[in-house]
Amino acid sequence: MSLLSIQNLKLSIHGTPILKGVSLDVAQGEIVAITGESGSGKSLTAFSVMQLLPRGTGTTGSIQLDGTELLNASDAAMCDLRGNDIGMVFQEPMTALNPLMTIGDQVMETILLHTSATRDEARIKAEETLTRVGLSPEKFKLSRFPHELSGGQRQRVVIAMAIALRPRLLIADEPTTALDVTTQAQILDLLKDLVQDFGMGLLMITHDLAVVSDMADRIVVMRHGDVVETGETSTLFSNMQHDYTRALFAASSHEVDLPDNTRPDDALLVVKDAVRDYPKPRTQLFAPREYTRAVNGISFTLKKGERIGLVGESGCGKSTLTRAILGLEPLQGGSITAFGEEVAPDMPAALRAGLQVVFQDPYGSFNPRHKVARIVTEPFHLLPDPPKGKDRQNRISEALIAVGLRPSDADKYIHAFSGGQRQRIAIARALIIRPELIIFDEAVSALDVSIRAQILDLIAALTQSHDLSYLFISHDLSVVRTITDRVLVMKDGQIVEDGPTEHVFSHPKHPYTASLIAAAPTLPDVKGPINVPT
Amino acid sequence: MKSRNLIIGGLLTAIFLTEALISFVWTPFDVTQMNISSKLKTPNGTNWLGTDHFGRDIFSMIMVGARTSIAVALVAVSIGMFIGVPLGLAAAARQGSLLDEVIMRGNDLVFAFPSLVIAILITAVFGPGAVNAIIAIGIFNIPVFARLTRGAALPLWQREFIMAARVAGKGSSRISLEHILPNVTNLLIVQGTIQFSLGILAEAGLSYVGLGAQPPLPSWGRMLADAQTMVSFAPHLALIPGGAIILTVLGLNLMGDGLRDLLDPRIRVDRT
Amino acid sequence: MLRYSLKRLLSLVISLIIASLVIFLVIEVAPGDPASFMLGINAQEDTLNALREELGLNQSKFERYVSWSKGMLLGDFGTSYTYRTPVAQMVADRLWVSLPLALYALALSTIIAFPAGIYAASRRGGAGDVSIMGATQLGVAIPNFWFAMMLVLVFAINLRWFSAGGFPGWEEGFFNGIKALTLPAIALALPQAAILARVMRSSLLDILNEDFIRTARAKGLSRRQALWRHALRNALIPVLTIIGLQFSFLLAGSIIIEQVFYLPGLGRLVFQSISQRDLIVVESVVMLLVFAVIVVNFIVDLAYAWVDPRLRSRS
Repeated sequence: MSLLSIQNLKLSIHGTPILKGVSLDVAQGEIVAITGESGSGKSLTAFSVMQLLPRGTGTTGSIQLDGTELLNASDAAMCDLRGNDIGMVFQEPMTALNPLMTIGDQVMETILLHTSATRDEARIKAEETLTRVGLSPEKFKLSRFPHELSGGQRQRVVIAMAIALRPRLLIADEPTTALDVTTQAQILDLLKDLVQDFGMGLLMITHDLAVVSDMADRIVVMRHGDVVETGETSTLFSNMQHDYTRALFAASSHEVDLPDNTRPDDALLVVKDAVRDYPKPRTQLFAPREYTRAVNGISFTLKKGERIGLVGESGCGKSTLTRAILGLEPLQGGSITAFGEEVAPDMPAALRAGLQVVFQDPYGSFNPRHKVARIVTEPFHLLPDPPKGKDRQNRISEALIAVGLRPSDADKYIHAFSGGQRQRIAIARALIIRPELIIFDEAVSALDVSIRAQILDLIAALTQSHDLSYLFISHDLSVVRTITDRVLVMKDGQIVEDGPTEHVFSHPKHPYTASLIAAAPTLPDVKGPINVPT
Repeated sequence: MKSRNLIIGGLLTAIFLTEALISFVWTPFDVTQMNISSKLKTPNGTNWLGTDHFGRDIFSMIMVGARTSIAVALVAVSIGMFIGVPLGLAAAARQGSLLDEVIMRGNDLVFAFPSLVIAILITAVFGPGAVNAIIAIGIFNIPVFARLTRGAALPLWQREFIMAARVAGKGSSRISLEHILPNVTNLLIVQGTIQFSLGILAEAGLSYVGLGAQPPLPSWGRMLADAQTMVSFAPHLALIPGGAIILTVLGLNLMGDGLRDLLDPRIRVDRT
Repeated sequence: MLRYSLKRLLSLVISLIIASLVIFLVIEVAPGDPASFMLGINAQEDTLNALREELGLNQSKFERYVSWSKGMLLGDFGTSYTYRTPVAQMVADRLWVSLPLALYALALSTIIAFPAGIYAASRRGGAGDVSIMGATQLGVAIPNFWFAMMLVLVFAINLRWFSAGGFPGWEEGFFNGIKALTLPAIALALPQAAILARVMRSSLLDILNEDFIRTARAKGLSRRQALWRHALRNALIPVLTIIGLQFSFLLAGSIIIEQVFYLPGLGRLVFQSISQRDLIVVESVVMLLVFAVIVVNFIVDLAYAWVDPRLRSRS
């Protein structure tokens, strides 16, 4: 008999059906992954098992743990199970811990709550558990507070809290989504290890098919509250039954058709020994300010027609570099020149007009109070003689059509659009004054895989039709690999590797590049063409 | 629930606003006219809310008092908004700069002088009066709005649409006006309503201790001060102006809550 | 922690200096000559000059500011223009009424607001929450001096449980003193308690929506345990700010409430001095009130650091 058995789970929030009959099983020692895009209901399925659902949620069906019915069990009964028989790990390690409580107290709390251990016994057990998850008490004292740890370390504390009492079932909701790729690999290894060690069942929720294929014994693919396909990982990938699974798989490993870069000649952007310091918060009132060097002597040249990728993990300085290239913040050393002129916060509008940007967040990139027409024409501010009347209309229509939207969309507010459409509008805004160079700052990172594939295709198509040159900044190696022809790898404010994309990926020279590539989860090679429904 | 707050609050506010406006052209009796023969009457057919110790019509006094309260509070809130909001916007636009530091420390300093203390200082120097009450309440409102605006603007400055505007070459004052201000308006409207109600309370308090509007201009606070010695045998003298203050303030607060729910439920109001 | 405290202390000193300058300058611009005011219209020029000399009015503004602020630091607040007695003595007598009243009210406000706010948050949307929130909505709208008059009407005039006003002095015993301050303290505290309860509730509800509360629940804590062990301490941070601000309101509010109850506190002193144009007394009392507010804010800043480890380590 399976450890966890969910049968025909239906869930609605304030009457709106979200889950429409989900069934799945997790056996002891088995890793089952639920995957799907946003809105598929995968996280709510996990929270149903914990019975930690938002107000106004109604559920029917059955969720059994070793034969005990959990659905609609009393909260007191669930409190006994949670932390003891079922542990849970969450997506956001930065907010999952109580900021005012030491990590030791937080791990001990699980133990003290469910056992009759004394505080001293609980402390010893907490130390053991933290050691088990890689935070030995010699280096990470129990008296530390969460804000003194990094994201990966905090996620280890959350895991320690969840596994301190060796629960039979562990639920992990996107446990590595907020983490860097090397940290992600370490956390995934730890989880795999723990499952083997303790013989737990692991129910893992993730949007990332590549993570799933590396980890899971079985995969459950969900869409719009339904399970579309379930199967053993090995067989599921080689024999996908459902169109949606195939589409998802195709989108995850999507490769674009980037036109050849025929004439890399004049330099558009020259970054030379760029240095950017940030003031640290003052530690002493009258002591001189100390600075963090976020960008430490970076040099590279982007020539006309080049598509360069800039990869690195969070904190490597790539965002700081981006802001300096856009002329939003001054440099403390070196220089950045675009089209032969110096880039700086006070640079002339004409120079600024040559550099445009597409940001990451499709929800934060637009003033919610403005209509699309006003949003996309904002860069007209940079023109000495901005188009007016009919001419302006034509330019708006042209830009919207170029990104696959309708001219009539100009009169709508931004909230009428989905995430993917918003990213198209962001591209239209960057294109409308026909800049020489576009910076894509994590431009597809917040999108679901299928939408991401479409936006990547759009960028490739625009590269063809508009002769784009761009700098594509991303933490996602697979995206950079397909959308660029040269790549820069950044670490601790410096560029450690620079070369043709394919070459760098297949023959990384710098050990850091190699470790990044090794850590990135990959999809299995599927033989034969994947039949993608259109 | 949402619309109920707004409707009740709006209705109460509208009643007192109308009363105040009508008082400019008509009141049942002349508020300056004393009539000792009909003093201390309880509410009746002629004097709907009774008369005070000089025989003046309380209903008429409440109407004119509403005018005083609303005028003082409205002007005071406007002072706070027109000075505080630009200060807050400027501080947020240059976060961490000397300007920001000076504005915020200045705010802290004004907070150390509660409006009553400011009123005492001003009165000690210039003498009591409605204008000085307005200034005292108004000065105290400046840091409230400056702090609120800065607090709401700071996270907006981190948003990508502001970066996009900067990439489009817009300067910080233009961004503040075009992008920041419209996105904090809801918050300002809601807090403005609350400050308005606090202004009415403050005006009543200042008038009560004699630092506000001076005779013969009727004000709710001074009506209460006059009532104090007579409360044991003529409680309506205290109950009626008190009720007027409570209902007006309640109305404004309910309207503020209703507006918040309507405009943006995430808004947090500061009620101190 | 030490560094943080020192930094706060420095900002306290700077605030005090600027505040004292502001107060000094405002009083400076007041029209009229205290000497001629004290001696009347018929005074001789040489007696006036002698008095000016005695009061230090012939010195430059800067010298007078220095000697005034030095005096304040040493507890010498100058001499009252009207009574010719040391201001410090007058203020000290009154302070023994106003300060206990403000503290009493602060204690009452906190004691009422905490349980009410916590209860309302834990029963969110329930009947208890709705009625508490309704009561606080009303409480926020009631002017404290009017509420004080109603308390007098009910508890002093009708029920005769308390006297309608006046203060016997602490020499008559602690209990009698407290009894005389009880109605004033209630009148001051209830409207503030309504505000505090609302802040407590909304702050708790915010925290209860945080991710780490979900983590606590996933450990097996009940809703109640999560609230008491994890949410409350976090919710206290904004509540502390309000308590700090409330102290200044209570101190200022006590000036008004003293009028209702005929209490011989700072309020009475200040209004008397204003009508007698005894500006040196006004100056001293205002400075004292501002000093109290700034010191309380300093204490609140220290309390933040005690609650929040992030503040402790940052500086």
